Formats: sequence, C-alpha cells, structure tokens
Amino acid sequence: MPWTRRHLLTLEDLSLAEIEQVHATAAAFKRTLTRSVKKVPALRGKTIVNLFLEPSTRTRMAFTMAAKRLSADVISLDGSSSSTTKGETLRDTAQNIQALQADMIVLRHSAAGSPLYLSKILDIPVINAGDGAHEHPTQGLLDTFTMKEHLGRLKGRKVVILGDILFSRVARSNIYALNKLGAAVTLVGPSTLVPHWFTELGVKVSHDLRSALADAEVVMLLRIQHERQASSHFPSLGEYTSMFGLNKTRASWLNPKAIIMHPGPINRGVEIDSDLADGERSVILEQVTNGIAVRMAVLYLCAGGQPEHVYAAPDPA
Amino acid sequence: MSSLWIRQARIIDPASSRNAVGDLFVSDGRIVPSLSAAAKAAARQIDGRGLVACPGLVDIHVHFREPGQTHKETIATGSRAAAAGGFTTVVCMPNTSPVADNAGTIQFIKDATRRDAVVKVLPTGCITVGQKGAALAPIGSLKRAGVVAITDDGDCVQSNELMRRACEYAKMFDLPIMDHCQDASLTQGAVMNEGAVSTRLGLRGWPHAAEDVIVARNVILSEYTGAHIHLQHISSKYAVGIIRRAKTRGVRITAEATPHHLSFTDEELRTYDTSFKMNPPLRTASDRRAIIAGLRDGTLDCIATDHAPHTNYEKDKEFDYAPNGILGLETALAVSLGVLVGESKFKVAHVVDLMTRQPARVLGLPAGTLAAGAAADICLFDPKERWTYDARAGFSKSSNSPWHGRTLTGRVKTTIVDGRVVFDQGKIAEPAA
Repeated sequence: MPWTRRHLLTLEDLSLAEIEQVHATAAAFKRTLTRSVKKVPALRGKTIVNLFLEPSTRTRMAFTMAAKRLSADVISLDGSSSSTTKGETLRDTAQNIQALQADMIVLRHSAAGSPLYLSKILDIPVINAGDGAHEHPTQGLLDTFTMKEHLGRLKGRKVVILGDILFSRVARSNIYALNKLGAAVTLVGPSTLVPHWFTELGVKVSHDLRSALADAEVVMLLRIQHERQASSHFPSLGEYTSMFGLNKTRASWLNPKAIIMHPGPINRGVEIDSDLADGERSVILEQVTNGIAVRMAVLYLCAGGQPEHVYAAPDPA
Repeated sequence: MSSLWIRQARIIDPASSRNAVGDLFVSDGRIVPSLSAAAKAAARQIDGRGLVACPGLVDIHVHFREPGQTHKETIATGSRAAAAGGFTTVVCMPNTSPVADNAGTIQFIKDATRRDAVVKVLPTGCITVGQKGAALAPIGSLKRAGVVAITDDGDCVQSNELMRRACEYAKMFDLPIMDHCQDASLTQGAVMNEGAVSTRLGLRGWPHAAEDVIVARNVILSEYTGAHIHLQHISSKYAVGIIRRAKTRGVRITAEATPHHLSFTDEELRTYDTSFKMNPPLRTASDRRAIIAGLRDGTLDCIATDHAPHTNYEKDKEFDYAPNGILGLETALAVSLGVLVGESKFKVAHVVDLMTRQPARVLGLPAGTLAAGAAADICLFDPKERWTYDARAGFSKSSNSPWHGRTLTGRVKTTIVDGRVVFDQGKIAEPAA
C-alpha cells in the first residue's frame, strides 16, 4: 500500500496500516542511527521549518535531528523570536514561510486544532508537533514503536496511562494508536484530571491505582503540568505523589516484565520515584532515541517518500 | 396619505388570534380594518398570494457594534440585515466601545438610529459601570435616556450582592434585567461545551453547570426581589428544567433561545470551524431537544438571534483565539421554521408567535401585532421557498454565519416598517435622502 498522506495532524485519522507503515519505516531508519555516518540523502535539497510557538526542548531537538539525518535544511523559529509577538497571525506567519519556499512546516502550538487549520491554508505538508491538549501524533507513534520493540505485538496488552490525562495531548495520541493496535488501555489518575468523558474514546478510566497497575505490561507516566492547572485540580504535589506517584511498592504490582515510560520532562519524586526513572525497567531514554527514527519516518513519508524504498535500501559500508 | 393593500395573504397574527387568508390594509403607517374605495384605488398593492403576512419580527438580542466597532457592523448595516430577515424591531446590546453605560452613549445610538436605521432599533444599557460588574451604572438616567432593559450581556454580573441591588433598583423603574447566565469561575479559558467532544478535541470545556448556577441564582433573586429577569440564550437542558419549575411558582422570569442552539450541537466543532464558536456554546443533542421542548411548552418565551457580527479576519484564527458569535438576523426565520415546523412539527403560527408577540411581551414593547391601530410593521414571507444563503451577499457588514452556503426553506419577501416598504424582493428600499 503506498503512503498517500501529506500532513500528519492526528492519530485519530491514521489507519492501523498507516501506523504500521510509519513503524516499519522508522525501524529501517533506526538502523542508520548507529552508523558512523548517520546521514541519509532522502530529503537533500528540502527545507523544513520548525515553527514552535510553544516551548519545547525534546520534541524540537528530535525533529531537528531527524531532518538533519535526512539531509534536509532546517530552520527553527520559536514564539518569542517570531513576528507573532508583534501581532502577526498564524495564517500570515505560515504563508510567509511558504512564500520563503519552505517544503514543510512542523508546528507546535498551544491552540488545539491549529495544525488542521494550517493544513487547510497551505500547499506544503504540515506536521503536528503538539497542539494544545489535543494531539501529539509523533509522540504517540514513537511510544507505540518503543512498546512494540519490547513487547512485540500490542494486541491484548494491558497499558496503563497514569497522570494528568485531561490536559495531555500525549495521552490522546497514545489512546488512538493503542486502540488501533489492539491494546487494552486504562487511564488512571485523580478524577479531576481523568474525567469520565474519556470512556467515550474506548478506554477504561480508573482512580484505583492498585487494580489498574495489577499485571500491566506498560505504565506510561505523564508529567503533572503545574503551569496548566490552577490549584484547583488537586491539592498539592505532595498529595499527588502520595496518592498516584509511581514508587517501588506500586511498581511491584506491575507485570514482572513491565516497562516504565514517560514522554518527559520528568518531575523526579513527583509522578515517578527517581530510582525507578533510572531503573532497568525504565525505557524513557529509548523513547527519546526512537523519537528521532520515528520523526525521520514521518518527515520522509509526508515529503512524498515511499516506505518500501527505505526497507529496500542497502546498508552502506 | 399613503396606503398599502396586501391582497390574499395568509395573515397570521397570534396577538389577535388571526390565521386566515385575507387582505391587510395600512393607512398612514398604521394597520386599519379597511380602506375606502378611493383609498384602495390609490393604495400600493402587494400580491400576497402564497405568502404569510405576519407582524414584523422582533429580535430582543442583537449586537450592532456602534459606537466603536463599526468595522464589524453599524446601525445602518445591521438594521438592513434585520429588514432583510423580516425584523422590524430589534433590541441592541450595550457592549459597544465604549459600552452603553451612560445617557450620552444611549443618545448617540438614538441619533444614529434616527439617521441611519431602516427598522426600529431600541437600545439597552449596562447594569454596571463599564460592564465591569463592580458598581451600578446610572440605571435611572439610562431609563430616562430611553433604554428598554439593562444588561451586562457577555459579562454576566458575578456578584450576587450587586445583582440583588440591581434587581431592586431596576424594579423601581419597571425595567427588565437581561442576563447572560455564565458563572465565570467555572468557565476560565473555556471555548466550547464541556463533554465528550471537547475531550476529544482537547479544547477547554464550558460546563452547562456554569449556566445552570446563574439561572438558579437569577430565579432566586427574582423571587426574592420581585424584579423581572430575562434569561438570555438558554443553552442547557438542566437550565430549562430550573426555569420550568420556577414559572410554575409564578416567578417573574422570562427566557429566550437562539436559532443556533435549536439547530446545532457541539458535534459541529469536530473540524474546529470557528463559525460554530459562540457563547454560550453549542451543546449536546439532548440539550438541543430540551430547548425545542422549552419553546413548545412556553418555558422559553421567545426566539432571539444574538446576532453577533465579526469580520472574516477576526474569525479566521486558531479556535482558541477567534471571537465568539455568529450572524443571525438574515437566517433566523428560515432556520426556526426549518427546525420547529419542518423537524419538530410546530405550527407556523407558533413560530410566528415566538418571533413577534412573545419577544415584544417580554420587554413590553409596542410591537408584534397586526391589530387595528397598531404600527404597520409587517413581514411577508414565503413559507415554502427554498433558497441558498450566501452570507457574503447579505446585508450585514460581516459574514460569519454557520449557515453560509446552506439551503434553507422559508424566505422573507417584503418587510414593512410603519407602513413603509423597507425591504422587497431581495433589495433594501433606501429612504429618500
């Protein structure tokens, strides 16, 4: 099946076959990451603009790294240095970027739906690098890629997502991807941060950590985002940690082979015990590395590349 | 002595229990029972066959943006949009720039109306100074300047103490208080209904509880003070229930519903289309059904549009940043007929009542009837005509409408104000200079 999608806006839209194509393409690119010469010429001569109107370190660095590994030229623009601070609209900023002959825009924005909005305005591909509390599709793709590396097929696997789900785009993208891959997803956290509406997305909602963690094969922790919550969503970080923080005792309830994930940045001692974050079950840094391969795959495919060309490429000496 | 003779229209006037095919006569700007043979011979004749002739529609909730936001709408353009929609009397909200919290601004609006308007434009004044919810506006002076109600529309008065005093004070002048029911503490940053759809879209939710809390507060304060509080654009099923129970106790509250809350649900927001962004937001199918049921049994007294023009460049933004509000005047009748008659099997006369006599009654306006002696404010519409609405070709200065490009049934043909044809066959009849 050829890849036909030009934009990557959500995982809600992506089919299972497309998710698997991204994963297979990422696996092929991942093999290039350990070579001494890490660049491939796939996007030589293309210019990718990272338009990051909300702060980001990991995602922006991974997109930049991915573009460079594909031999694209990369320009990164952030909110504080762009004309948006002078009142320019997103439409005008993006149309200027297109007029400057960029080949692709990677957008990070605090407003949900803004990548879809841009995709309707522009002729060039738009990649969503996180839009408000809506979606973070490349994160969902790299998380499920990482899970598959450890667990193989995800069908029937018990995955727990723990923390601030309400404000999390990472949770939403993972929910869509995991549902399509057949995993059994349970969302856990305080009822203010995991409202019952989420059951309509086809997942379980629980506020009982013990039963949720029992025999889970993946636990994905989400950062408690102080900056997005007024003090009203939970009483204190201390109470959150005592009720929902992942510590060694609680980790022992998991399946013995379970992996611990976190999209970062982590708050040590808040949502996760510091030793667990560094422990042997933690795959947090593998997620970061996989983030490059997955984003290489996404940039490559949305620029018009076909997956089979990557699978078939011989490893250079 | 100018006369009009509307021939063989279906005359629907709920105020005088009239619903029959016949002729309607106008002399010197007033409805008259008949014309002399000489007057008939001189009268302008309008062929009403196949049309409904009803009182000119009354909209007690519009935003005409003048003074201060005349890039969106003016009293000139807004009143023309009203005429094109069959409205002959509209009540404009005070959230202009500056806000209408003093007699001078009311006088400005009245002067502009006299100069520019083609329909009757009635002002409201603010409840509080600057519409800031901290101190009472000069309500007595506003009344003397000619406001028909007071409201902080868009900025619901949060202080229960201040609202209580406003009720007591306004009651002294028999001035209704119109309230946009929204507890601001429950809606920080909210841009759409809170529910399954907002969860999916990652947009901040506006729970119906925020409306319900203030509706309940207003019922309590109305009952406590005896003041008349009118509840604007009710969107929540739960709120409809509160109002229904309060009315059975005889509380002096009235309420309105908008054509958009009758028509749409939050499912429309799936593509983040800002032409569906308004406040209060579109809610669920069950809320929508409750609004229709509320209009059916009189819990909700009338239809009002909340006509809220914004330019394309203002609406063309990320969903979070686009302003709330949509146009309503040019589509209200067709949309209401479509939902209430077409889908919910109301009688046409019932819809006419909800858009004429009832809104006039809510604010005590001398409008909404074709009784002999009344001002000859008349709307003639074809209840069957199907037409495609082009918001850009409309009379409003803006075109932010979710009905743009949609085919609607029921079309206004002629609008008459004080016996003068102001809109006919798609064109505004401009007054002689």
